[in-house]
Amino acid sequence: MTQAPGITLKGQASIEGRQLFAPLTLSLDAGRWTCLLGGSGVGKTTVLRLMADLPTGADFDGEILATDKTPVAERIAYMAQDDLLLPWATVEKNIALGARLRGQKMDAVRVERLLDRCGLHAHRGKKPSELSGGQRQRVALARTLMEDKPIILLDEPFSALDEKTRAAMQDLAADLLTNRTVLVVTHDPGEAARLGHAIYVMTAAGLTSVAPPASSVPRPVDAPDTITCRSDLLRLLMETTT
Amino acid sequence: MKLWPPIAATVFALCVWQAVVTLTGVQKFILPSPTLVAETWWLNRWLIAEHTLITLNEILIGLVIGISLGVVTALTLASSKTARTLLAPMLVFTQALPVFALAPILTLWLGYGIWSKAAMAVLITYFPVTSAFFDGLMRTPSGYLDLAKTMQASPRRVLWYIRVPAALPNLGAGVRLAAVYAPIGAVIGEWVGSSKGLGYLMLLANGRAKTDLMFAAMLTLGVLSVLLYVLMAKLTRRLGDRET
Repeated sequence: MTQAPGITLKGQASIEGRQLFAPLTLSLDAGRWTCLLGGSGVGKTTVLRLMADLPTGADFDGEILATDKTPVAERIAYMAQDDLLLPWATVEKNIALGARLRGQKMDAVRVERLLDRCGLHAHRGKKPSELSGGQRQRVALARTLMEDKPIILLDEPFSALDEKTRAAMQDLAADLLTNRTVLVVTHDPGEAARLGHAIYVMTAAGLTSVAPPASSVPRPVDAPDTITCRSDLLRLLMETTT
Repeated sequence: MKLWPPIAATVFALCVWQAVVTLTGVQKFILPSPTLVAETWWLNRWLIAEHTLITLNEILIGLVIGISLGVVTALTLASSKTARTLLAPMLVFTQALPVFALAPILTLWLGYGIWSKAAMAVLITYFPVTSAFFDGLMRTPSGYLDLAKTMQASPRRVLWYIRVPAALPNLGAGVRLAAVYAPIGAVIGEWVGSSKGLGYLMLLANGRAKTDLMFAAMLTLGVLSVLLYVLMAKLTRRLGDRET
């Protein structure tokens, strides 16, 4: 993996002339986790998709720059709420999908290591339909890591999971994605409080920066400062979305 | 699936049929009784078998060529926007023509042999296969395509590793439809001009007021179509979970 750059998105977006989000500046610090928190429809997923150069249906007026001045879109790995596992392929083949789609040779050693680190060894030959929701999301995480990109874009990655599995996935992801520039789009204040080195709350009016707890990521679910931060974020969300 | 309900329903239908014939005393060249049809079928089993083989041959040739052409067309349309712009309207237009009207021309071009009938089966199976498979190829879940894009996949590889496998259940549905249509195509071809096949036998028997033989040939065709459908359903069920 190359050195993770910082990224700045600056601009505004509209859909058919109707403003989706007002002019804003979102900076992701190099090698850090940035959490973008917001309610439905504020355009937080659009921000992420713009960085990934994926279709958004919105007109974006602005620019996306990396601190090292090289293009962003080809250096990202993307993971969504839907695990997007191919139902006809095994766990192992799903993890190695990127190489297959680029016509490259699969890095078997790396696959082994990721199967290990994500606790998927016993499931390598299974189809996604034979796995639980948490296991599927671990496969998706392994696939994301397989890409070995410096920038990781996570779009509500754990929101379909139950609370216990979600907390475990957050720990695993925080462990595996250290030193990468990570953007997590989420509607879960608790997730932002646990994972963000920087936290932004996104509303129609723009971005509000919220200071995260001083402790290191991933923060314990039951630490007082995590809980306070979660409550502050929730209150902010409730104030701004009504 | 439980077998006895459809069997019971069939037996019941046959009983009603037999009862209608017995009670009304209708002439046997208008409506033969099922027992007469069964008897005629048995007496003519070698004749029927001979003609069935001819028709089956036409159907299978038609299916293989029709499905192959359909798959190639769908892949071409799905991978090229130019092909879609140029070919899609033409494809729809040809479907607006009644295929049956082409049967005499096919006989003129390809003669009285099996090829004009196989061609008819090709024409009638080609479109459902093309349309179903193409539809599947164009409806790949957008999340997969997003993922592939972030992985810098080439369009050809996205087609082969994602869009085609995701569309295989649709192809399966098209192939099952084709299995039902192909016998219709072959028989229409035979009606227009032939000296062999179940369609020919039906026309011949009908012309000579051998309605019992006509029924026997028709029911044989029906059973053949059902068997073909079941076979295709079994073959295509595996398409859904193909390993790439």
